[in-house]
Amino acid sequence: MSDTGIGASVRRREDVRFITGSGRYTDDINQPGQTYAVFLRSPHARAKISAVDSSAALAVNGVHAVLTGQDMAADGLGDLPCGWLVKQKDGSDMVSAPHPPLAHTVANYVGEPYGIVIAETLAAAREAAELVMTEFDELEPIVDLTGARGADQIHEGVSGNLAYDWELGEKAATEAALAGAAHVTRIDLTNNRLIPNAMEPRAALGVYESATGEHTLYTTSQNPHLERLILSAFVQVAPEHKLRVVAPDVGGGFGSKIFVYAEETAVIWAARKVGRPVKWTADRSESFLADAHGRDHVTHAELGLDADGRFVALKVQTTANLGAYLSTFGSSVPTYLYGTLLAGQYATPNIYVEVAGVYTNTAPVDAYRGAGRPEATYVVERIVETAARELGRDPAELRRLNMIRPDQFPYETPVALVYDTGDYEASLDRALEHVDYAGFPARRAASEAAGRKRGIGFACYIEACGLAPSQLAIQLGAGVGLYESGEIRVNPTGNVTVFTGSHSHGQGHETTFAQVVSDKFGIPFEDVEIVHGDTGRVEFGLGTYGSRSLAVGGSALVSAADKLIAKGRKIAAHMLEADVDAVEFSDGQFLVRDSNQALSFGEVAFAAYVPTNYPTDLEPGFSEKAFYDPENFTYPAGTHIAEVEVDPATGVVTLVNFVAVDDFGHVINPMIVDGQVHGGVAQGAGQALLEHGIYDDFGQLVTGSYMDYCMPRADDVPDFLVDTTVTPCTHNPLGVKGCGEAGAIGSPAAIMNAVTDAVGDNGLSMPATPEKVWRALHG
Amino acid sequence: MYQFNYHRPATLEEATRLFSEADDGFYLSGGQTLIPTLKQRLASPSDLIDLSGIEGMKGIEAGNGVVSIGAFTRHAEVAASGVIRETLPVLSALAGLIGDAQVRNMGTLGGSVANSDPAADYPAAVIGLGATVHTSSRTIAADDYFQDLFETALEPGEILTRIDFPVPDRAAYRKFPNPASRYAVAGVLVADFGGSIRVGVTGAGPCAFRATAMEEALSADLTPAVARAAEVPAGNFNSDLHASAEYRANLVRVMAERAVSDLLAE
Repeated sequence: MSDTGIGASVRRREDVRFITGSGRYTDDINQPGQTYAVFLRSPHARAKISAVDSSAALAVNGVHAVLTGQDMAADGLGDLPCGWLVKQKDGSDMVSAPHPPLAHTVANYVGEPYGIVIAETLAAAREAAELVMTEFDELEPIVDLTGARGADQIHEGVSGNLAYDWELGEKAATEAALAGAAHVTRIDLTNNRLIPNAMEPRAALGVYESATGEHTLYTTSQNPHLERLILSAFVQVAPEHKLRVVAPDVGGGFGSKIFVYAEETAVIWAARKVGRPVKWTADRSESFLADAHGRDHVTHAELGLDADGRFVALKVQTTANLGAYLSTFGSSVPTYLYGTLLAGQYATPNIYVEVAGVYTNTAPVDAYRGAGRPEATYVVERIVETAARELGRDPAELRRLNMIRPDQFPYETPVALVYDTGDYEASLDRALEHVDYAGFPARRAASEAAGRKRGIGFACYIEACGLAPSQLAIQLGAGVGLYESGEIRVNPTGNVTVFTGSHSHGQGHETTFAQVVSDKFGIPFEDVEIVHGDTGRVEFGLGTYGSRSLAVGGSALVSAADKLIAKGRKIAAHMLEADVDAVEFSDGQFLVRDSNQALSFGEVAFAAYVPTNYPTDLEPGFSEKAFYDPENFTYPAGTHIAEVEVDPATGVVTLVNFVAVDDFGHVINPMIVDGQVHGGVAQGAGQALLEHGIYDDFGQLVTGSYMDYCMPRADDVPDFLVDTTVTPCTHNPLGVKGCGEAGAIGSPAAIMNAVTDAVGDNGLSMPATPEKVWRALHG
Repeated sequence: MYQFNYHRPATLEEATRLFSEADDGFYLSGGQTLIPTLKQRLASPSDLIDLSGIEGMKGIEAGNGVVSIGAFTRHAEVAASGVIRETLPVLSALAGLIGDAQVRNMGTLGGSVANSDPAADYPAAVIGLGATVHTSSRTIAADDYFQDLFETALEPGEILTRIDFPVPDRAAYRKFPNPASRYAVAGVLVADFGGSIRVGVTGAGPCAFRATAMEEALSADLTPAVARAAEVPAGNFNSDLHASAEYRANLVRVMAERAVSDLLAE
């Protein structure tokens, strides 16, 4: 292994610019003649917009325009689409309420934009925005998720505020198995609403060139091509070939920057209307109100076990809050990314899940790190742990008894997935060893002696990553394929520019992908440049989410590299006067087998561009592209174990130990993978102990700032013990599975299992805040 | 932020004159509450009168059983001051718990006490140590100073200039921070003045107050258990997203218990 190739902990090359403040984010980009936008946002959770009077605003010095949802509708712009069509139990389509980018009739959540003010300076735009007089007729907001189905209708034609009533699995068989079970564990769970909080708030800069009709949108996107596709095909802001979307350095996304939002739509439209570049950067308060939120489920689950403790059936009923509108992928998260994962790591023969997706007068809910899979893991791992407690079984051993064994792969679950490979016991055993499970009783006794309670909790999670086999995804309702593009242009001097449809917003593609390509070609790491995030430079791609970048985008690069190597062998064979079949490529050299004749990678590249001694039947040039469409999902899995201490006097929970043993398949850069797990676990600790997006009865977001919304900080988490086991993915060329979300998927369940173990109350809900824990202990 | 006139007077007299001449003047000290308020456009003063140039409002002195601190002294200076660490360590420890490093490097003693946020830390020390508040026109005893939510004895235009903290035999402060903001959900300072115990509480009520029943009980028997069992006036305690009044009452007792333990361990 070279010190920069596959498997090496190469320091992230992008960090030089990030850490020294030299990154180039959307807000760092300025255009001549640029103006500034401020959005008009509904102060009410639900209100008719009766009249918008902008006369005073337009009188402010430097104000160019006040544009409203009415203006946008009059220009013929379409609604923001939901990109995943979920079919209901009865076979009918989900009920997708119209989602205009700017509200023009009714506002349905606090912070919903209904207009945009454009001015010479940000200060003028702010001043003018305050002078816009809007008449609202307030309506009774529907905020409470559990009451929403009985409440009056938010959207015309959506009875019971139900977007869909969806199911997966065999209901009758599951219920029969539950009825015959020796023991049934029942649990009620809440998966708390989370607010994403990427470090960089969303931003957009729209530029229109009237001479050419070209639109350029710089924006904080995880998937610029998808942004362009939706803006052109559905919203019809501009035709696709006249719209360039650039997502430059992006400071974190966690899912929240997958979606196509009102703001970037309005900015590029407004740039053409006013004939000047228009820039908008969210402030943190806007991010809280108007970024898509995550999670927000209420679930009842029942697990049946036979007399030996084998799981015989799992039935899950979930109500999922979708917010006021279906966001870009909002419909898929509580269905195909959730219900399909309810087998977990276990050979449970009967599983049935039904999900009611419900509209409320709150911000739209969509994918957030893990997206459905943390929710599924939370259900499975909380109920399994609870069953172990009810039966007096060791929670690790009850899991082991039910795990899918290595000889059962490929394993088809009752909820539509085929797991390709795994060794779940290997991760469990390694984690038990790292956490010193045998020593836990002594540690608990020591805590008790010091007046504190101690608990341990497990989560043996699985996730489906590497989204996704296109035909399967489209069959299940996806509006696009989920392949990825990769292009490698070898320059005449032998260095390499790589274009990926994947997008890095913190993941480290510029390092990891360069490791893959330099390793493949046997050339120096420094000779590989990674380009991403610009539809003007990169082939159509699908972007980054669902831990897909390496498994799908990396595989596309391997395919492109293989094409180049094949072509290089033909060139080398001609130059060395050898048979193509006799030419091998190894360690940067094209070699004639059983000879000492060789050409370097650079010599072959040069020959391709200066074809003096060159095959007549071969095109010149040394550049190839590939689209890689995975044949299956990848299935990262592992065991997370949390240990907590609880101060009974205050209810404060301290996460004292956390072990994560993950199977991500082959690992390209162990340091980056460790970092992904660290960040994910910290986010999961945030969900379990600290974070909660709360609306009051009037639909006002009461956790709208860092004064009240508690993000995890460094002193909230311990040193993590992170390790990996490896079963290579069987169906992609790198044998990789993806690591970006695992930390956030396994940890909430592990931590809550530890807290409930310490407190002795299985009903405790996330986040386990001090007062909740104190009340659980003191009644 | 709205537009305003900015002033940086060199003397107290000039500052109060500017205030009286302004339509709607605000004093600016460390700005850790006021600047975010302005940025959110929740306040629109006509004039902002920056107190950072007034020399007489700075400096730390100790002697005759009193530590005297200028109102414009930053939290970080109090936390790091050798004089305060030596003579009144409870106060440097308390200052080191305020907010975060950025807040401590900007926020000032006078700004915090004049603002009287119900969850600020310093008011617990002002009350618990029985401090004397000096202003541009008079002196005010701690017990008369805090009146209600964001309400103090300060008159409009009056500037808090200096606070004198009596030095107790021993004292300790314990705080239960709001996990999000790190303000005090409950903060308790217990001070022993020759066997007479004062207990200053912040975070729990509309403003800082003395827990008199606890003071009496601890003056009779200075043990952690007595603090934990003491009566606290929970009837008007704050109740919010982060803590109910009942839970705050528990936290006051627990923080007091721990402060007494710390104090006895000195």
